[in-house]
Amino acid sequence: MTLSGWGRTAPSVADVVVASSRDVEALAAIVKDLPARGGITRGLGRSYGDPAQNGGGVVIRLADRVQDVVVDDAAGNATVPAGISIDELLGVLVPRGFFVPVSPGTRFVTIGGAIASDIHGKNHHVDGSFGNHVQRMSLLLADGTVAQLSPADRPELFWATVGGMGLTGIILDATIRLLRVETSRCAVDTTRARDLDDLMAMMDDGDRYFRYSVAWVDLLAKGTRLGRGVLARGEHATADQLAPRDVVDPLRYEPHRVAAVPPFVPPPGVLNHVSLAAFNEVWYHKAPRRRIAQIVSIPAYFHPLDSIGSWNRLYGRRGFLQYQFAVPFGAEAAMRTVVERLAGSGTPSFLSVLKRFGDANQAPLSFPAPGWTLTLDIPAAAHGLARLLHGLDDVVLGAGGRHYLAKDAHATPEAIRRGYPRLRKWQAVRASVDPAGVWASDLSRRLRLVGN
Amino acid sequence: MENALGESQTIVLLGGSSDIGRAIVASLMTPSTRTVVLASRRPGDTPAGELERPGVKVDVVPFEACHAGDHDDFVRLLAERHGDLDVVIVAFGQLVDQAELDADPERAATLVQVNFTGAVSVSLAVAAQFRRQGHGRLIVLSSVAGERVRRANFVYGASKAGLDGFAQGLGDALTGSGASVLVVRPGFVHSKMTQGMEAAPFATTPAAVADATVKALRRGRRTVWVPATLRPIFSMFRHLPGPVWRRLPLG
Repeated sequence: MTLSGWGRTAPSVADVVVASSRDVEALAAIVKDLPARGGITRGLGRSYGDPAQNGGGVVIRLADRVQDVVVDDAAGNATVPAGISIDELLGVLVPRGFFVPVSPGTRFVTIGGAIASDIHGKNHHVDGSFGNHVQRMSLLLADGTVAQLSPADRPELFWATVGGMGLTGIILDATIRLLRVETSRCAVDTTRARDLDDLMAMMDDGDRYFRYSVAWVDLLAKGTRLGRGVLARGEHATADQLAPRDVVDPLRYEPHRVAAVPPFVPPPGVLNHVSLAAFNEVWYHKAPRRRIAQIVSIPAYFHPLDSIGSWNRLYGRRGFLQYQFAVPFGAEAAMRTVVERLAGSGTPSFLSVLKRFGDANQAPLSFPAPGWTLTLDIPAAAHGLARLLHGLDDVVLGAGGRHYLAKDAHATPEAIRRGYPRLRKWQAVRASVDPAGVWASDLSRRLRLVGN
Repeated sequence: MENALGESQTIVLLGGSSDIGRAIVASLMTPSTRTVVLASRRPGDTPAGELERPGVKVDVVPFEACHAGDHDDFVRLLAERHGDLDVVIVAFGQLVDQAELDADPERAATLVQVNFTGAVSVSLAVAAQFRRQGHGRLIVLSSVAGERVRRANFVYGASKAGLDGFAQGLGDALTGSGASVLVVRPGFVHSKMTQGMEAAPFATTPAAVADATVKALRRGRRTVWVPATLRPIFSMFRHLPGPVWRRLPLG
């Protein structure tokens, strides 16, 4: 089967096998029979590049049932099969007054994928990344045995698996600490920032007062409007903040999909410089200069793009890249340089996201570290993109920054080595549980993550 | 492994001293490129030269197009040594004056063996490797000479006609395997191979062929004509009645 990431670039063909994460015997048999090209687990394929594909090898998908999710109300945690998505999980949790500890910009990621990518959300500056909230997990190893991992039990392997891109084994299930919520709504403050400096200053000053904070940046604006954006910060709404008609059912949770992009889109795609500039302009001006405590639903604040099915098709046949990097605090000049170059290059870029990270965790390959992260989508066929991105890589790495493996689709092995100085440590832990190199993906081969 | 920008890490040129082949390699090289393999009958006379870049390993290896029996092992060994082969370019070939071939049938057989038979066996070995790795791109240098064979170089033209048909068929056969084939049909190209020959109309350069080839590769095309105007011209030639065709002053 031909597989690619969400960006629909660099496909490869692999044998796909499906099993339940609860059927350890079947999975162990699959692992035992893996060919020389090895195997990798694939969740919902929302990584943008090539971590969940394995050309010439085997790709393992977990078919799990949401009925097998166990919520412990007293302990405030849930034990979840790895193949369950955050979308499915929220359907169970929200009506019971819980929320996932970390939610990315889409609900369509699995728990296994969330751990393997150590995903982050709008609350990173307060709560850290997904791995910080994993109390325990079980991992099927290359030798067919199952390891029980927690931050206290085999911590090295636990943290090598968090952010380990599926290259330590098959995550079978995990117990996740949950967040209690009174309502299924968010109270969101929206503020418009006239330029990048204004935006970053506001985030520096005020992020700490909010659990959630994210800024949308218009990378097509130039000159005095360079880096203008809309800052949206929020909290889970309390019951007394709801409108009277909603108080009856404060935990009502009904995410809708309003539309889906049809399979056929003209080959060059419909997202180009003109359509994106128009969109960004409208987006910026429709935002209020300042609005306090607007009550919106969870999907509206956390997962706005999920309401449009298969939106990745809008980029056409050649697909797109998501470029996400982080630079430490103190490297604001590097962030500014990147924004200037992107705006100056005229590269069409959809709404970009700027976020302030809090503390890092112990995982050697975890992406978030104290500082700033910028995320942008670019059509893969954009003129001069390769040169632009390699140039931006140098700026990012020169400032002590790094790239996010779950998004990466273009970096070089050297760029990853510079960005993740603890890669060797991770490789040593990984090799101790997979000496023969059973786990492999197109990402691991492209970036030489395994071996040298 | 190729990245999302279509940048290749490992590039193999079969026919390591071919001007066109080397120009294609140079155009394919990016900051992501790690390894370039130049496979040549005379590795001693195949310098890394202009393809040398910091951070790129240029591996010059012996390769005999006529030794079909060695081709599978040759390709397997390359993959063992360098990992996945992202792009393989079949650029070796001979061009000999037709009069010489008329006088020496054995020489003609050798030319066909190199241009066609050797290309078939090594391409099949590469295709098998691509299937093993689930991805890969094969670039085959055909020629407009194969589109309608003319008397001035009919043995060469026939070898390219065979190669062209084979490469198209291979591309079709590889559909769904993750691998693809790009057939390149240049017109007259100023190069070592054509040195001293009189240039045909619409003559082009190795750099122009390389540029068009890389663009076509990035767009996922299956064939590319260089220059593009040769496509309608040869389409017309192909349908000319024999008496007209034979009277054309095409050398």
